[in-house]
Amino acid sequence: MSEPASTEQYNYKIVRQFAIMTIVWGIVGMTVGVLIASQLAWPAMNFDTAWFSFGRLRPLHTNAVIFAFGGSALFATSYYVVQRTCYATLFSPKLAAFTFWGWQLVIILAIITLPLGYTSSKEYAELEWPIDLLIGLVWVSYAVVFFGTIAKRKIKHIYVANWFFGGFIITVAVLHIFNSMALPVGALKSYSMYSGVQDAMIQWWYGHNAVGFFLTAGFLGIMYYFIPKQAERPVYSYRLSVVHFWALSFTYIWAGPHHLHYTALPDWTQSLGMAMSLILLAPSWGGMINGIMTLSGSWEKLRSDPILKFLIVSVSFYGMSTFEGPMMAIKTVNALSHFTDWTIGHVHSGALGWVAFISIGAMYYLIPRLFNREIYSTRLIETHFWIATIGVVLYITSMWISGIMQGLMWRAVNADGTLTYSFVESVQAMHPFYIIRFLGGVFFLTGMFIMAYNIRKTIAGATPAEAAVAVPAAH
Amino acid sequence: MSSLGHSIWTIVVFITFIGIVLWAFSSRRKKDFDEAARLALDDDDIATTTDKAAGKAANNKHNTEE
Repeated sequence: MSEPASTEQYNYKIVRQFAIMTIVWGIVGMTVGVLIASQLAWPAMNFDTAWFSFGRLRPLHTNAVIFAFGGSALFATSYYVVQRTCYATLFSPKLAAFTFWGWQLVIILAIITLPLGYTSSKEYAELEWPIDLLIGLVWVSYAVVFFGTIAKRKIKHIYVANWFFGGFIITVAVLHIFNSMALPVGALKSYSMYSGVQDAMIQWWYGHNAVGFFLTAGFLGIMYYFIPKQAERPVYSYRLSVVHFWALSFTYIWAGPHHLHYTALPDWTQSLGMAMSLILLAPSWGGMINGIMTLSGSWEKLRSDPILKFLIVSVSFYGMSTFEGPMMAIKTVNALSHFTDWTIGHVHSGALGWVAFISIGAMYYLIPRLFNREIYSTRLIETHFWIATIGVVLYITSMWISGIMQGLMWRAVNADGTLTYSFVESVQAMHPFYIIRFLGGVFFLTGMFIMAYNIRKTIAGATPAEAAVAVPAAH
Repeated sequence: MSSLGHSIWTIVVFITFIGIVLWAFSSRRKKDFDEAARLALDDDDIATTTDKAAGKAANNKHNTEE
């Protein structure tokens, strides 16, 4: 091979921008999370103001961690991976820059409007219609940049990580556009186009696929690139990864109704949602095994490499929460778990254990490469790993106990048919677990501050890295 | 869509999926997929960044400071 190296440079600037904002928004979103966790333990923490009340800050927390933190991690990694595995620079750098600034504007607008009480009241889609339009515009631009880059690729095969990123981008566009259909009646007020049970079904078709495609498919794209790279081993089974992609795409889209068990939704739809949720266990675990087994033959790396610890433990949490999810989707289990803290524990085992861990691992991998530096302190990554792990474990175990206890207390009846416990008695019983959950959050957030310090020291005085577009090896 | 249409669609999607599984695991595809699995690894994303030595040197300085 004696082909000249290209003089073209990969577009690393946009990756750097999103990577840094991943950490910034992670800290912001998780700080709000810790604040609202403290409000549940000590209600005075809302300072008796409307703006700091739980009902307004909770959507700010979810939007900030999912779309600002998780979203920035997805933009950063997908822009990096698509360029490196296609041996091409980004299609339309200007449009890519628009996705960065547009996305930051969306987040700022969320930070302003949600505490002021402007909300469409659709879970995970609370932002009002003008912001929804901006999200749509940014997202379509993202799709153009991503698929434009795929079209520019210098090799025939499209690497599996790009399939997951691509599936995530297309599906989220469809979900966002259809769920956000609304009639505006003022500058910041609108009514959903759907009503009654249709509205609920569209909402959870969106809601569960935000989990399935935003929080799963996108992050699986991260898994399929960053685990092989960090472990220096190819994906355990590439064929399984192909089946994994299609199985996940065919199945996830049906799972939404499990959010609406025992509601006005037709019974058959509930049962279908439950059945499809159970089937989802197969592709989820296939993918998990594929990710973890990539390390097969070099397990000793786990002992010394804290980045790999983040990546592999994240996939383990993915396995745990994708087992728990189908179980909770079973109607009889759901009768106990729904509306309890068990759901919150389940969500955070996925959001902290899976999504945040794999994003953190990917950022530790990326940032030194983007700034031409080795990491300032590997020991601090190790510290971050353990403090974050303790945080997740405290969080999810306290919520499991609290949730199952709540469910059992609510359904307990005396021999004469009256309720054994009043509602306030269940609230009182939850109190110690709310304090433990708050502590878990504090641990996790502390880890993020350690990361920010480590990254700050790593990039201090560094010149941004420039990388010439690589020439694919001839096979 | 009529309920017959729904049934036909379900069968079409199911057969498509079986087809994908058979295609992915056919021995004819083995070589291509083994090559594809190397795709990310064959790309050295450290060597292509410029100024690698300077980056390393700067890092070593940090480590001794610690």
